[in-house]
Order: sequence, then C-alpha cells, then structure tokens
Amino acid sequence: MARVWRFGEDVNTDQIVPGRFAPYVTSEAELRKYPFIEARPEFASSVVPGDIIVAGRNFGCGSSREYAPQALKLVGIGAIIAPSFARIFFRNGLNLGIPLFEADLQWLPDGAEVELNPEQAVLRFEDRSVQLPHPPAWMQAVWSAGGIVPYFREHGRFPGEAAQ
Amino acid sequence: MPQTLSEQILSNAAGRHVRAGDIVTARIDLAMVHDSIAPSVIRILHEELGAEHVWNAGRIAVAIDHVAPAATTQTAESQNRLRAWVRKEGIQHFFDAGRGIAHQVLIEEGLAQPGMLVVGSDSHSTAYGAVGAFGTGMGATDIALALATGQTWLRVPETIRVQARGRLRAGVTAKDVALRIARDLRADGATYQTIEYHGFDRFSLGERTTLTTMAIEVGGKAGVVPPTGLALADRSVPNWLRVEPGATYSRTLEIDLDELTPQIAEPNHVDNVVDLRDVGRVNVDVVYLGTCTNGRHEDLAAAARILQGRRIAPGVRMMVVPASSEALQLAVADGTISTLLAAGATLGTPGCGACIGRHMGVLAPGDVALFTGNRNFRGRMGHPDAQIYLGSPEVAAATAIAGYIADPREVVAVEPRAESSTVIPLMSS
Ligand code: SF4
Repeated sequence: MARVWRFGEDVNTDQIVPGRFAPYVTSEAELRKYPFIEARPEFASSVVPGDIIVAGRNFGCGSSREYAPQALKLVGIGAIIAPSFARIFFRNGLNLGIPLFEADLQWLPDGAEVELNPEQAVLRFEDRSVQLPHPPAWMQAVWSAGGIVPYFREHGRFPGEAAQ
Repeated sequence: MPQTLSEQILSNAAGRHVRAGDIVTARIDLAMVHDSIAPSVIRILHEELGAEHVWNAGRIAVAIDHVAPAATTQTAESQNRLRAWVRKEGIQHFFDAGRGIAHQVLIEEGLAQPGMLVVGSDSHSTAYGAVGAFGTGMGATDIALALATGQTWLRVPETIRVQARGRLRAGVTAKDVALRIARDLRADGATYQTIEYHGFDRFSLGERTTLTTMAIEVGGKAGVVPPTGLALADRSVPNWLRVEPGATYSRTLEIDLDELTPQIAEPNHVDNVVDLRDVGRVNVDVVYLGTCTNGRHEDLAAAARILQGRRIAPGVRMMVVPASSEALQLAVADGTISTLLAAGATLGTPGCGACIGRHMGVLAPGDVALFTGNRNFRGRMGHPDAQIYLGSPEVAAATAIAGYIADPREVVAVEPRAESSTVIPLMSS
C-alpha cells in the first residue's frame, strides 16, 4: 500500500526545493531532507518509498532545477499524478525515471492508502480501480531503463527516434 | 505547408521537415550552463554518461551569474572547480562573476543569433527568442546529454500567437505586456507550446527580452519574436526564417497596446495579475530593480528618469542590480547610476542578485517587495513569509518614491521610453 500526498495547483519547484536549499549552496548529500521543506515541513520525514503525490494542474512549474524531482526521487516517490505537468519538470522527472501520469485524481483524500501498478497504469483505492492514461511506449522504455542516462547508454540514441 | 518559426528552426536543427507534435533529435547551436547547475551537469557528463570531453568547446557558454560573487566558502570552492573545468575543456565563452546574467550576456555577445537552437540549464533560456532563436530551458541531465552529444530530443511544440496592435502609452512597458499575457494565458496556458510575438517590431532588443524571459511563466517551451524591425537590423537572419502566412497556431491572443495600463502580479503567482489601479494601498519595504527580465540599461535609465532629483521614501530600501557589466557601464556613462544613487538606491554586482533568494538582498519575514523580476513564488527571494509584487522598472521607481505601489504616471510626468518613441518606421514585418 502507498500513501497519497495531496497537493494543490501550480506547485512550483521553489516550493519543492527552495533555491536557498540547492545542492550548490548546501550539499547533494542533504538534498533528501529538503523536499517541501517550507510548503509542507512534515513531508520529508514522514514520506516512505513508494508513496504517491497527487496534485492539481501545472505541477512543477517555475525553475528548471532538476534537484526538485531529484529530491523526490531520493525519498523514493513512487509516482506523481496530476492533470498536467510543467514541461521542464515532466522532462526532468522522466529523465530521472519517476513515473508521471497525467490524470485528475484530486478526489483522492490526503493520506489515502492506494495501490499503484505503474506498468499497467492502474491505481486501486478501496474498492475502486482507476485506469490511468498509458504513457507512449518510448516513455515507458525510458522509465523501465531507469531514466534517460541508462536509456542513452543502452541504446546510443535519444528516445522517439526509432519511432520515426 | 507553411510553418511556425519554431517548426522552421527545429526543421533546420533536425535536418528534416518537421511539424508540431513530431518528436525529433535536433542539433544544438549553443548550450549554456550556469554556476548553480554546473556541478550536477559536470558530474552527470563525466561520471554517469562517461563522456571524456564536451562535444564542441566553441558552442558552449558558461556563466557564473547565480551567486556572483560567491557568497559562501562552499560556493567559492564550487566556482573554482567550475573555472578549472572550463580551462580543461578549452571553453572560451566563459563569463565570470560580474559579467552578468547568462541570458543577457549571450545576447550582448552575439552568441545567440536568429534561427539558432539554444538550450540552457535555466528555465529563462526562453530569453533567446528575443533574437529569433528557439531558446529552451532544461534540467541538468538533459544539458549533460547536450554537452556530450551536441544534440537533444524535443517534441516540436504547437504555437500560440500573441498579436499586438497599437503602441504603448507613456509609463506602460514591455513588462506590462508580459504580465498581461500571463494574466490572459495563465501560468500553464502555454504548457508544451511556444509563443510567437507578433506586432512588436518597434520593440527594442531589451523589450523583446522582457517578453521572452516571461514565456516560461506561462509554461512556454520557448517564446520567439520574429527577427524583424530595427532592433534586429544588425543581425543576419537565415533566409529560411520568416513568418509564413497560413502557419498553424493553436490560438491567437490579441493585445491592444493603446489600452494597456500598468500591471502588477500580486503574491504568490505570476498569473495573479491585476491593473495597478486596482491594487489598493500596498506599502513596500524593498524595491528591487534588476534581473534578466528588467535589469538592462534601458530599464535602469527609465527608472532614473523618474527618480531624477527625487529621493526614495524613508524606510524603503532600493536595490539596483544591473543585468550585465555592459548595462552597468552604459548606466555609469550616462549618469543613470549617479541619479539612482543620489535618490538613495544601492548597487549590486551584475548578475542574478537576490532573484532566487540566495544572497545580496534576500527578504526577511514580513518584507513586502516590488520586484522587476519574473517570479513572485512564495520563498523565491528569501523568506517564505515575504511578499513579492511584480511590476515594471517605471512602477519600481514610482513605488520607491511613494513608499507604496504607485503608478508612475501619477508620481511624475513620465515620457515614453526612447526605444518605442524614436524608432523610425519599420524595416519590414
Ligand atoms: S535573474 Fe533571476 S530569473 Fe533571470 S536567470 Fe537569474 S535567477 Fe533566473
């Protein structure tokens, strides 16, 4: 079972990791302590690997700082589900191998216990089973490789090219 | 099939005819890395990707602008490691602390040119659209891949056309246009898309940069101003790059410049925009003039014209941080800086300053700031309990004098900016 952490709309990367806590001014080793340090101070200490973020639209807007999704990866976020993502965040999340699903699950309460199967894109909550949109095959290939770096090392090319 | 400017640039970069929606691998003309993200980029490049060297040292620009000069021993050490890496890789386009904000410097130096694909480790890399380039921001991993291969992959974006009509009135600026666009499109209105700005031929290069730096604030992948008009007269535009009638736009947003009045983004979202006259009385503690959006010479000079012979209100702290050393030199040469200092402002090293809340004027809890930058997120400039209002340099100057957010037209008799009033009729459009 995974816990749902609910967030609102337009969550920006300054909220996820404020610039003052960037690895450049703190250190990379400390990064896992900082996700939502000001917006939701209990998050970093209570989140457990596999937990899921469910948010409103435009998740991850603002700065291109990859250390925002990286901090979420370090605490083991299992997936992020939002009606829409800011482009750079989506790309960074994909590059790091974090499953991202574009769906509106804001009816889920904070703290809900759910089960997610990222491969099938199916989420179970109580007696409901929700089919999430299936990401395109090339995107799934990046996730299953563990991110863009292992993908590139394995294939020697960028995703999408084979599909041309 | 007629193409948008983004489709033209990405076709050139991909070496084949592309349309919105295509996923392409594209050749990069210029890649930018700044001090804040460089340590991660370098680690991923060498350790994770196993690349020995960058693909082309001549097509990479490195700037120390985010914490410039260094604020702590840790950032100082990190910057020295970056300098050593730049030397080892033979990167010539290196802009050390004090030269200015990467986006401004790359445009000043002529490194960013019409038709180029420019990627940067910074979301405001949309700035390069001011010269008719496709500029886009990416994270550390994408930039490391770009440095290793000279390529990146992209989904060719749909384009939103912003169509302006008329001319700005005195006291109303490109910043007000950018805020108006954020108000109309909202913070996610251009997600996965590009914005093309039509009807801005009269705009100076600086005014165009104000628009394009804020394309990301509505989610834009890029924001491109067609490279026409006097401001681009000295740049060579590739013959394949031109506005093609019949190109497909996902929507058109019309802006009537004649009717536009000063705009303010209230805390804590960039699209939380209202007419300044509806803001009510908001006393401020800090007025901050600078950033890649509004820290150029023309911005400083516009503020100085309003502050000329006046003093900032007691209790207000006014910080001026030029976007580049060139902006600073011009502002010294024509007396702009002495006017600002005589009015009671203080001056910071050209660069990002307190824009991301790391040094040089960060805000305390309870501080209220009028900021000429591009983001007013909670905690952006320091403490999360500070409040940030976004406005133009003219509004910043008027606010500094009044002590509360003020319309420049009500504080002094403002004149239109020289760039928009003296420019001779358009070359072409
Ligand atoms: S001035 Fe601010 S917005 Fe512009 S590049 Fe620097 S930190 Fe980013």
